[in-house]
Amino acid sequence: MRLPARPEERIDRAHVVRFLFEGKPIEGFAGETLGSALFASGRRIFSRSFKYHRPRGLLCCTGSCPNCLMTVDGEPNVRVCVEPVREGARVQAQNVLGTLDRDLLAVVDRIGGPFTPVGFYYRTMIRPRRLWPYYERVLRRLAGLGKLERHGGRSRRFDVEHRRVDVLVVGGGRAGIDAARAAAAAGTAVLLVDERRLPTGVGDGVDVLAPARALGVYEGGLVPVDAGGVLYRVRARRIVVATGALEQPLLFPGNDLVGVVLPELVRRFVDEWSLRPGERAVVVAADDPGLAVVRQLERAQVRVERVVDLRSTTPRTLSAAGKAGKLRSVTIDGQETACDLLVMSGGRQPAYSLLAQAGARVEYDSKRGIFVPVQLPPNVEAVGSVTGEAGPGAIPPAAFAGGGSKSRCFVCVCEDVTEKDVRRAVAEGFDSLELGKRYTTVTMGPCQGRLCHLSSIRLFARENETDETAIGTTTARPPWAPVSLGLLAGRGHEPVKRTSIHHRHEELGATMMWTGAWKRPHSYGDAAAEARHVHEAVGLIDVSTLGKLIVEGPDAAAFLELLYSNRFADLKVGRIRYGVLGSDAGRIMDDGTIGRLGDDRFYVTTTSTGADTVSEWFEWWNAVWGMDVEIVNVTGALAAINVAGPRSRELLGRLTDADVSNEGISYLDAKAARVAGIPCLVLRIGFVGELGYELHFASPYGEYLWDTLLERGADLAIRPFGLEPQRILRLEKQHIIVGQDTDSESNVLEAGMSWIAKLDKDDFVGKWALEHVSERGFREQLVGFEMENGVVPAEGGQIVVEGRSAGRVTSARLSPYLGRAIGMAWVRPPLAEEDLQIQIRVDGRLEAARVRLKPFFDPEGERLRA
Amino acid sequence: MSFLLACPHCGLRDVNEFASAGEVTERPRTSPSVHELSSYVYFRRNTAGVQREWWYHRFGCEAWFLAERDTRTNEVLTTELPRPQPRQGSAAPQEAAAPDVPEV
Repeated sequence: MRLPARPEERIDRAHVVRFLFEGKPIEGFAGETLGSALFASGRRIFSRSFKYHRPRGLLCCTGSCPNCLMTVDGEPNVRVCVEPVREGARVQAQNVLGTLDRDLLAVVDRIGGPFTPVGFYYRTMIRPRRLWPYYERVLRRLAGLGKLERHGGRSRRFDVEHRRVDVLVVGGGRAGIDAARAAAAAGTAVLLVDERRLPTGVGDGVDVLAPARALGVYEGGLVPVDAGGVLYRVRARRIVVATGALEQPLLFPGNDLVGVVLPELVRRFVDEWSLRPGERAVVVAADDPGLAVVRQLERAQVRVERVVDLRSTTPRTLSAAGKAGKLRSVTIDGQETACDLLVMSGGRQPAYSLLAQAGARVEYDSKRGIFVPVQLPPNVEAVGSVTGEAGPGAIPPAAFAGGGSKSRCFVCVCEDVTEKDVRRAVAEGFDSLELGKRYTTVTMGPCQGRLCHLSSIRLFARENETDETAIGTTTARPPWAPVSLGLLAGRGHEPVKRTSIHHRHEELGATMMWTGAWKRPHSYGDAAAEARHVHEAVGLIDVSTLGKLIVEGPDAAAFLELLYSNRFADLKVGRIRYGVLGSDAGRIMDDGTIGRLGDDRFYVTTTSTGADTVSEWFEWWNAVWGMDVEIVNVTGALAAINVAGPRSRELLGRLTDADVSNEGISYLDAKAARVAGIPCLVLRIGFVGELGYELHFASPYGEYLWDTLLERGADLAIRPFGLEPQRILRLEKQHIIVGQDTDSESNVLEAGMSWIAKLDKDDFVGKWALEHVSERGFREQLVGFEMENGVVPAEGGQIVVEGRSAGRVTSARLSPYLGRAIGMAWVRPPLAEEDLQIQIRVDGRLEAARVRLKPFFDPEGERLRA
Repeated sequence: MSFLLACPHCGLRDVNEFASAGEVTERPRTSPSVHELSSYVYFRRNTAGVQREWWYHRFGCEAWFLAERDTRTNEVLTTELPRPQPRQGSAAPQEAAAPDVPEV
């Protein structure tokens, strides 16, 4: 099998590499591929075809065709013809039942053919519909490629790297290397990318990335390059495409038999791996590179039985015959020649895909019978055979007649599409290439048209009785080379924001949950008890996630007056107001509190997930209006703890010299004070409905202040509470959560906060839309409700009145303190009436509820102000 | 999208660093009719060609700026910081009083 050693060969015979194929040990030499080693071990059938399970062997040996797809170390669809041998690799066949040589599914080829014509899956198995899941299971078993390991996703790590170069050369053939060297000699930074390992010392100053594959050309000169575990995002000022040309097969009956190959296979076999590709060969070629393999064949002592130069003679008929899928003979114009190797060459089609993606036009050259790139965009160059410079070959017929051969003539080996399928598709009316492609799936398989694009265009031209120019090409799109989804997805990591008190929550056994990018405590084990505790004693919650902005400058008050619907010009220094941010469409975007720290200085809090949006929103309006305001986002710089409950004043009093009496810090006061020695901004706010103080302070003191509060409040039975108890508490007060109780259609008027919309102001963002809402009348209203029998409806649950849908639930909880199931809902305006009975669908049943327009707890806010 | 955009502060950067806020719109000056309001809120010219747009350097200097971009080719012709049009009646800049800043 192996030829005598030659100095030029690429294998290292002293270095034996062992791997397993279907569990059996195989030996190869360093420098060759899994495919060549398997061939040397006697293997001829490398895969079973997609649809018919026909035996297939090495065909292109360039990593283009699907014939050698195998599963290597659990990774499906590896092209073993180009995959270097590696010690201990586990190689397995795929898409077979049994073995490659005896695939039980090959029955599809024998009996299925007549039942599986082109596009059968669009027309059959439609009725009865209930049988489809069964059909689908069978089809998925029968047809396809490799199988993904269900849990293999995280077994490999993928990364992204960014590279910037002056010149990127794609393709390390002769022309590519020349271009790279020339650019490097001119002193520019050059990166050369090639699919195969390149010999060392390609050129001085040339940076080489190989083996690696350029996946496409995107705008801005972006070329993603797949280098195995790393996706390089290469930005190049100039892109030189030297992707060469693709050897084209010939179409004739029996052209998919094992032993029918393209010329490059012979060159790699003989020149690089010193392997004999067969015993007796026939060569049918339309160009010089195809005919030139006769030299290699002779050197490998393959008997060349017959050579047909299509430039001088075009046979009327050409067919191949075989046994058990392997080539036995070739019949040309009725003359049969026994052989086990048929080298075919239908000319070389420029691999123009990257150029076309970059914006080049592609034109048919009727003299040479190939599509060539023309009108290259600026900064993109083509060198070598991708330009179509290859010498003139003959234009082979779209397909050779078989002269009575019963074998099938394949145009697409990836998807098992035959010449007959294309003929039928055109006859059925799919006469345009783009439609026919989708119907027959020709060019849509793993080779992405490398071997079948040109052939299918010729067939479409013949069937439509027109020429290739009129048929044109399909659109070239990325990816140009196969790429694993893991590489595109990148490394599996999810950034998380943690407050400076985060570890304390974990130590206290909190269940953490996601809120936007933050991780926050859901509860510390007993949400109901935590909620009740805030009413009865004192609780504390980490609210560092609140967005915090400082708005400062001479125009600060005027700026906030324009952004919020209520007034801020008249807000006294040291006082706080609740505000709702709306858009000019009147929609509620965010809410929070605004405290005036000085004449020109305001402290704005936002929702936990809204900080960045609000900050961008403020900056944008400031850019539009150019007011004299500075906005500083201090969300990460400051931590915040809310201490709430009837005993919170006593606790605070122990930790500060400031006057914490109801006169000293009144409801909605913002005061600077030292708490436990830490400079704090104390905001007396009542989101949870009890007397409470939000302490805002520098983040690094987070754990210290948290610990101190717990320590000094121990005898007051202080207890931390999580987000879930906070949600119960705020619902008792009917305080909304933006995004939970509101959506992208909600406005403050319909949300029951008309008092906040000062429509008599000159202007504010959203004013006109709110005016329009009050003129046209409400379409729905946000109300509270209380269940009559204590069941808690699901969020999103349907409100039903007189058998008709009348709204939806936005929040619902069981209040442990009140002992009632309460919630909020959007309802039709006539239903927004205190004590009105409505019904809510819960688990399919209708449950009675009553509308409540006032807070369930402390409706007059006496507890808040006390 | 993978084109490059020149931030007026930071220079040429990958478009993924930026957020686009779409074409520049004119906010009505006085109380608009419902028709004018909905045109302003909902309707865009959606130009096939060069249009002025708002961009925000979200993963950079966090500046808002204006760009002229050809929507057919994604070619960015110019970028510039906005020259603000002060609102009518907005307070004129004046000397800032010493702010009463708590130690936060």
